[in-house]
Amino acid sequence: MSLPPLPQSAIVIAAEASDWRAAVTLAGEALARSGAARPAYSAEMIRMIEEHGPYVVIAPGLALAHARPGPDVLADGLSIVTLATPVNFGHPHNDPVRVVLGLAVTSSSEHLAAVAAVANVFNDSTAITDLAEATSAEQVQAIMAVEP
Amino acid sequence: MKIVTICGAGIGSSGILKVNAERVLRKLDIEATVVAADIGSVREVAADAQVILTSAEFVDAIGTTFADVIVIENYFDTAELSAKLETALG
Repeated sequence: MSLPPLPQSAIVIAAEASDWRAAVTLAGEALARSGAARPAYSAEMIRMIEEHGPYVVIAPGLALAHARPGPDVLADGLSIVTLATPVNFGHPHNDPVRVVLGLAVTSSSEHLAAVAAVANVFNDSTAITDLAEATSAEQVQAIMAVEP
Repeated sequence: MKIVTICGAGIGSSGILKVNAERVLRKLDIEATVVAADIGSVREVAADAQVILTSAEFVDAIGTTFADVIVIENYFDTAELSAKLETALG
Protein backbone atom coordinates (compact mmCIF):
# COMPACT_ATOMS: atom_id res chain seq x y z
CA MET A 1 0.00 0.00 0.00
CA SER A 2 1.70 3.15 -1.11
CA LEU A 3 0.66 6.74 -1.00
CA PRO A 4 -0.12 8.48 -4.31
CA PRO A 5 2.80 10.66 -5.46
CA LEU A 6 3.28 13.79 -3.33
CA PRO A 7 6.11 15.80 -4.92
CA GLN A 8 7.19 19.15 -3.48
CA SER A 9 5.39 20.94 -6.33
CA ALA A 10 2.13 19.62 -4.84
CA ILE A 11 2.79 21.06 -1.36
CA VAL A 12 1.85 24.59 -0.29
CA ILE A 13 2.77 25.81 3.18
CA ALA A 14 0.92 28.51 5.16
CA ALA A 15 -1.25 29.57 2.24
CA GLU A 16 -3.77 32.38 2.47
CA ALA A 17 -7.29 31.37 1.50
CA SER A 18 -10.30 33.64 2.02
CA ASP A 19 -12.81 30.79 2.15
CA TRP A 20 -13.20 27.03 1.59
CA ARG A 21 -13.54 27.43 -2.17
CA ALA A 22 -10.21 29.26 -2.32
CA ALA A 23 -8.62 26.57 -0.13
CA VAL A 24 -9.89 23.73 -2.34
CA THR A 25 -8.77 25.65 -5.45
CA LEU A 26 -5.24 25.85 -4.01
CA ALA A 27 -5.25 22.07 -3.52
CA GLY A 28 -6.44 21.66 -7.13
CA GLU A 29 -3.78 24.02 -8.47
CA ALA A 30 -1.16 22.00 -6.60
CA LEU A 31 -2.42 18.79 -8.27
CA ALA A 32 -2.22 20.57 -11.65
CA ARG A 33 1.36 21.68 -10.93
CA SER A 34 2.45 18.14 -10.15
CA GLY A 35 0.78 16.82 -13.30
CA ALA A 36 -1.89 14.75 -11.52
CA ALA A 37 -4.88 16.74 -12.78
CA ARG A 38 -6.02 19.40 -15.21
CA PRO A 39 -6.82 22.83 -13.72
CA ALA A 40 -10.55 22.11 -14.17
CA TYR A 41 -10.31 19.43 -11.43
CA SER A 42 -10.53 22.22 -8.79
CA ALA A 43 -14.03 23.07 -9.95
CA GLU A 44 -14.97 19.37 -9.85
CA MET A 45 -13.87 19.11 -6.23
CA ILE A 46 -15.78 22.28 -5.34
CA ARG A 47 -18.89 20.93 -7.07
CA MET A 48 -18.76 17.74 -4.96
CA ILE A 49 -18.92 19.87 -1.80
CA GLU A 50 -21.63 22.16 -3.17
CA GLU A 51 -23.66 19.10 -4.08
CA HIS A 52 -23.17 16.98 -0.96
CA GLY A 53 -22.09 19.38 1.77
CA PRO A 54 -18.92 19.64 3.84
CA TYR A 55 -18.56 15.89 4.44
CA VAL A 56 -15.02 16.08 3.05
CA VAL A 57 -13.95 17.50 6.42
CA ILE A 58 -13.39 13.96 7.64
CA ALA A 59 -11.49 14.76 10.83
CA PRO A 60 -10.97 17.84 13.03
CA GLY A 61 -8.99 20.36 10.98
CA LEU A 62 -8.63 18.17 7.88
CA ALA A 63 -10.46 18.29 4.54
CA LEU A 64 -10.00 15.54 1.97
CA ALA A 65 -10.90 17.34 -1.25
CA HIS A 66 -11.55 14.99 -4.15
CA ALA A 67 -13.82 14.28 -7.08
CA ARG A 68 -14.47 11.21 -9.19
CA PRO A 69 -11.99 9.75 -11.63
CA GLY A 70 -12.58 11.39 -15.01
CA PRO A 71 -11.02 13.26 -17.91
CA ASP A 72 -9.60 15.94 -15.59
CA VAL A 73 -7.49 13.37 -13.72
CA LEU A 74 -4.19 12.68 -15.48
CA ALA A 75 -2.45 10.49 -12.89
CA ASP A 76 -2.86 9.37 -9.28
CA GLY A 77 -1.69 12.15 -7.01
CA LEU A 78 -1.95 13.86 -3.67
CA SER A 79 -1.52 17.52 -2.77
CA ILE A 80 -1.29 19.18 0.62
CA VAL A 81 -2.13 22.79 1.43
CA THR A 82 -1.66 24.11 4.95
CA LEU A 83 -3.55 27.31 5.75
CA ALA A 84 -2.06 30.32 7.52
CA THR A 85 -5.56 31.15 8.72
CA PRO A 86 -7.96 28.22 9.15
CA VAL A 87 -11.19 28.38 7.14
CA ASN A 88 -14.66 27.03 7.87
CA PHE A 89 -16.28 24.54 5.51
CA GLY A 90 -19.56 24.52 7.44
CA HIS A 91 -18.94 21.15 9.10
CA PRO A 92 -20.82 20.65 12.39
CA HIS A 93 -17.86 19.12 14.27
CA ASN A 94 -14.59 19.29 12.40
CA ASP A 95 -14.24 22.99 11.48
CA PRO A 96 -12.07 25.01 11.15
CA VAL A 97 -9.87 23.38 8.53
CA ARG A 98 -6.12 23.85 8.78
CA VAL A 99 -4.97 21.25 6.27
CA VAL A 100 -6.47 20.48 2.85
CA LEU A 101 -5.54 17.22 1.16
CA GLY A 102 -6.24 17.10 -2.55
CA LEU A 103 -6.70 13.61 -3.98
CA ALA A 104 -6.86 12.58 -7.63
CA VAL A 105 -7.26 8.94 -8.61
CA THR A 106 -7.49 7.54 -12.12
CA SER A 107 -9.74 4.59 -11.32
CA SER A 108 -12.27 3.80 -8.61
CA SER A 109 -11.15 0.21 -8.35
CA GLU A 110 -7.58 1.08 -7.52
CA HIS A 111 -8.14 3.95 -5.15
CA LEU A 112 -8.47 1.79 -2.04
CA ALA A 113 -4.76 1.03 -1.75
CA ALA A 114 -4.09 4.76 -2.02
CA VAL A 115 -6.58 5.77 0.64
CA ALA A 116 -5.45 2.93 2.90
CA ALA A 117 -2.01 4.54 2.86
CA VAL A 118 -3.58 7.92 3.65
CA ALA A 119 -5.52 6.32 6.51
CA ASN A 120 -2.29 4.81 7.86
CA VAL A 121 -0.73 8.25 8.17
CA PHE A 122 -3.74 9.87 9.82
CA ASN A 123 -4.57 7.09 12.24
CA ASP A 124 -1.69 8.69 14.11
CA SER A 125 -3.73 11.39 15.83
CA THR A 126 -0.87 13.91 15.84
CA ALA A 127 -0.47 13.93 12.04
CA ILE A 128 -2.95 16.75 11.34
CA THR A 129 -1.39 19.08 13.91
CA ASP A 130 2.10 18.16 12.72
CA LEU A 131 1.14 18.99 9.13
CA ALA A 132 -0.56 22.26 10.11
CA GLU A 133 2.62 23.32 11.90
CA ALA A 134 5.10 22.15 9.25
CA THR A 135 7.29 24.93 7.88
CA SER A 136 8.69 23.21 4.78
CA ALA A 137 7.63 20.85 2.01
CA GLU A 138 10.32 18.41 3.21
CA GLN A 139 8.71 18.29 6.65
CA VAL A 140 5.33 17.58 5.09
CA GLN A 141 6.82 14.73 3.06
CA ALA A 142 8.46 13.34 6.19
CA ILE A 143 5.16 13.39 8.13
CA MET A 144 3.46 11.67 5.20
CA ALA A 145 6.35 9.17 5.05
CA VAL A 146 7.11 10.10 1.43
CA GLU A 147 10.62 9.63 0.07
CA PRO A 148 11.77 13.13 -0.95
CA MET B 1 -22.64 -9.42 7.41
CA LYS B 2 -22.39 -6.55 4.97
CA ILE B 3 -21.41 -3.01 5.82
CA VAL B 4 -21.53 -0.18 3.28
CA THR B 5 -19.60 3.10 3.57
CA ILE B 6 -21.14 5.99 1.67
CA CYS B 7 -19.71 9.28 0.39
CA GLY B 8 -20.36 11.63 -2.51
CA ALA B 9 -17.91 10.16 -5.00
CA GLY B 10 -17.59 6.58 -3.76
CA ILE B 11 -13.86 7.14 -3.52
CA GLY B 12 -11.76 9.02 -0.99
CA SER B 13 -13.80 9.47 2.17
CA SER B 14 -15.83 6.27 1.82
CA GLY B 15 -12.59 4.42 1.07
CA ILE B 16 -10.97 5.72 4.24
CA LEU B 17 -14.04 4.72 6.23
CA LYS B 18 -13.92 1.22 4.67
CA VAL B 19 -10.24 0.74 5.49
CA ASN B 20 -10.66 1.89 9.09
CA ALA B 21 -13.90 -0.08 9.58
CA GLU B 22 -12.10 -3.24 8.43
CA ARG B 23 -9.33 -2.56 10.94
CA VAL B 24 -11.83 -2.11 13.76
CA LEU B 25 -13.84 -5.21 12.78
CA ARG B 26 -10.68 -7.31 12.83
CA LYS B 27 -9.95 -6.08 16.35
CA LEU B 28 -13.53 -6.77 17.43
CA ASP B 29 -13.28 -10.19 15.78
CA ILE B 30 -16.42 -9.53 13.70
CA GLU B 31 -16.68 -10.97 10.22
CA ALA B 32 -18.07 -8.59 7.65
CA THR B 33 -17.69 -7.48 4.08
CA VAL B 34 -17.20 -3.71 3.81
CA VAL B 35 -18.06 -2.03 0.52
CA ALA B 36 -17.38 1.64 -0.36
CA ALA B 37 -19.99 3.25 -2.59
CA ASP B 38 -21.28 6.64 -3.71
CA ILE B 39 -24.59 8.08 -2.56
CA GLY B 40 -26.09 7.59 -6.03
CA SER B 41 -25.80 3.81 -5.78
CA VAL B 42 -26.77 3.44 -2.10
CA ARG B 43 -30.17 1.80 -2.77
CA GLU B 44 -28.64 -0.92 -4.90
CA VAL B 45 -25.43 -1.51 -2.92
CA ALA B 46 -26.98 -1.28 0.55
CA ALA B 47 -30.11 -3.31 -0.22
CA ASP B 48 -28.70 -6.33 1.68
CA ALA B 49 -26.51 -4.42 4.14
CA GLN B 50 -26.88 -4.51 7.93
CA VAL B 51 -24.98 -1.29 8.55
CA ILE B 52 -24.31 1.92 6.60
CA LEU B 53 -21.41 4.09 7.75
CA THR B 54 -21.45 7.68 6.54
CA SER B 55 -21.34 11.34 7.56
CA ALA B 56 -24.30 13.44 8.66
CA GLU B 57 -24.72 15.07 5.23
CA PHE B 58 -25.88 11.84 3.62
CA VAL B 59 -28.43 10.62 6.16
CA ASP B 60 -31.40 12.32 4.45
CA ALA B 61 -30.33 11.16 1.00
CA ILE B 62 -29.97 7.56 2.20
CA GLY B 63 -33.60 7.73 3.26
CA THR B 64 -35.55 4.72 4.46
CA THR B 65 -33.46 1.58 4.82
CA PHE B 66 -33.41 -1.65 6.80
CA ALA B 67 -29.76 -1.04 7.63
CA ASP B 68 -28.54 0.74 10.75
CA VAL B 69 -27.24 4.13 9.61
CA ILE B 70 -24.23 5.14 11.70
CA VAL B 71 -22.88 8.70 11.45
CA ILE B 72 -19.11 9.00 11.89
CA GLU B 73 -17.63 12.37 12.84
CA ASN B 74 -13.89 11.70 12.79
CA TYR B 75 -13.01 9.17 10.09
CA PHE B 76 -9.58 8.52 11.59
CA ASP B 77 -10.76 7.97 15.15
CA THR B 78 -10.88 4.18 15.36
CA ALA B 79 -12.13 4.44 18.96
CA GLU B 80 -15.25 6.28 17.74
CA LEU B 81 -15.76 3.74 14.95
CA SER B 82 -15.24 0.84 17.31
CA ALA B 83 -17.71 2.14 19.92
CA LYS B 84 -20.41 2.91 17.35
CA LEU B 85 -20.01 -0.41 15.54
CA GLU B 86 -20.11 -2.34 18.81
CA THR B 87 -23.31 -0.55 19.83
CA ALA B 88 -24.94 -1.25 16.47
CA LEU B 89 -23.86 -4.87 16.22
CA GLY B 90 -23.86 -5.81 19.91
